[in-house]
Amino acid sequence: MTEIAIKGLAKSYGDTAILENVNAHLADHEFCVVLGPSGAGKTTLLRILLSQEAATRGEVLIDGVPIDPEPQPDRGVVFQRYSVFPHKSVLANVMLGPQLRAAPLLGRLFGARRRAIRERAEALLQEVGLGEHLAKFPAQLSGGMQQRLAIAQALIMEPKVLLLDEPFGALDQSTKKAMHRLILDLWRKNRMTIVMVTHDIGEAFTLATRILMVDKARRDPHAPTAYGSTITEDIRLDPDKKPALHVVDESADESHTMTAIFARYRADAGDCVVDEHPNFQAAG
Amino acid sequence: MKRAINLVPARPPAILLAVLPFALILIVYAIGSDIRLGANPNDKLMPSFSTIGEAVGRLAFEENRRTGEYVFWTDTAISLQRIVVGLAISTALCILIGIPVGFLPVLRALFGPFLAAFSLIPPLAVLPILFIVFGLGETSKIVLIVFGVAPFLTRDVALAVAAIPREQIVKAQTLGASTWQMMVHVVFPQILPRLFDSLRLSLGATWLFLIASEAIASEGGLGYRIFLVRRYLSMDVILPYVAWITLLAFLMDYALTLASRGAARWYHLGRAQ
Ligand SMILES: Nc1ncnc2c1ncn2[C@@H]1O[C@H](COP(=O)(O)OP(=O)(O)OP(=O)(O)O)[C@@H](O)[C@H]1O
Ligand SMILES: [Mg+2]
Repeated sequence: MTEIAIKGLAKSYGDTAILENVNAHLADHEFCVVLGPSGAGKTTLLRILLSQEAATRGEVLIDGVPIDPEPQPDRGVVFQRYSVFPHKSVLANVMLGPQLRAAPLLGRLFGARRRAIRERAEALLQEVGLGEHLAKFPAQLSGGMQQRLAIAQALIMEPKVLLLDEPFGALDQSTKKAMHRLILDLWRKNRMTIVMVTHDIGEAFTLATRILMVDKARRDPHAPTAYGSTITEDIRLDPDKKPALHVVDESADESHTMTAIFARYRADAGDCVVDEHPNFQAAG
Repeated sequence: MKRAINLVPARPPAILLAVLPFALILIVYAIGSDIRLGANPNDKLMPSFSTIGEAVGRLAFEENRRTGEYVFWTDTAISLQRIVVGLAISTALCILIGIPVGFLPVLRALFGPFLAAFSLIPPLAVLPILFIVFGLGETSKIVLIVFGVAPFLTRDVALAVAAIPREQIVKAQTLGASTWQMMVHVVFPQILPRLFDSLRLSLGATWLFLIASEAIASEGGLGYRIFLVRRYLSMDVILPYVAWITLLAFLMDYALTLASRGAARWYHLGRAQ
């Protein structure tokens, strides 16, 4: 059971109010997507949940207990960038967390205990589709692969809460779709709570059991920094009533390839397309 | 006509181009030496290549009658030992001080300004103090090198540590890392390639401080020899010694590049040479 309570949260930098009066209660195993315009304070909210940043007022409780003031393994994170360690191989990135926990001085295990962690890491990497890339460095991976690595690295710690800040923001639509299925799959299997920031509204409705919109409720035209953002929308969605995304169906892959998505947009565009190169048609 | 920045030489011409300036200098020297020796066979300023060759042969391949040593190689060994020990101590110091100072806010507040001030002390100005305190032996020469390059390296390491993306440090904490574990497993490996680069950049200063201290008080070493034979205007010794020092510095630079590629393979992936 993991219940998160956000109570009367406020954050300001000097005189600039960023967040004010943010209240939310996230039930166990929630997939909460935080939406909002750029600069609204979504990342700030996530940083507070992570304890990377301290709230000016209010508190965050997990199962009734205030969160630790420092980042801890109970809350895993995937940032948009710089989430994985560039100097470690794919496998070493995932094996790092458990080894740090088990060996305070060396941060490194040997023998049977190392093998056990290695097997767990390999299984997890297999699950996120990186089973063939264990020895590579992050610089040798594509953006989507790096994010999958970051997710595996966070999941091996079995966090209660997984925090994601625009994790798929830099990915193309077809890769994004594949990542959506992966994250839903992992969310269901690991039964953790996910809080994910995005500004992709479609993504929010695809994934969420809960959508929070962070935006300014009040504005003072003479003092634009006087009021911060708060939660302006708060809706709950039933995942079982969202048929298309719920089923992890390998055969459905076809409809999510770049070509397939392009074809749908191409059809929608209709008369806007005034010319089409015949050579490619013939080849297809 | 292509823009100048887009004219990239192919591989064989590129090597040729690289050799060209060296060859040019040798040719210009040979001509100049010929002209001067033609006018005055006893001219000492630009000895011919054969005279230089003789001097090198005498110093490198004949035992010194008085000491029974091969002067050239003894000088080289003495100087290299001072440089290697000085750089090794500097490197150890910059890691042991630079990483904690760059990483821990309390230490940064405590030592940041002090380090900045300390690294501005001109090392040669304190050389007399070093001679007074440590005597004229090996210690003062090595201390001068350490004094000259360690503060620069330490500040550079501290800056490199501070430049590591915040996300990396937060991520490490969510993996349960302690401060010590972060320094060992995240910070140190990530600043390693930068450390190799700063070491390369400080090679020039290292040689400068070595030669300065050898020139002032020493019983041997490459810098000592140059300043000793200066009294006899022995350009036939000075010139090959300068070339040799340059070659040694170049080889050390190259060795550091190789070491960096070996120790931080991830950093050099797909990076231009
Ligand atoms: N350390 C800081 N000091 C001062 N202001 C800050 C700081 N960090 C963030 N801000 C301000 O807080 C506001 C919210 O920033 P935040 O990064 O949370 O926005 P966001 O909703 O994540 O936007 P985006 O969608 O562009 O990522 C911005 O106006 C930003 O300028
Ligand atoms: Mg943001």
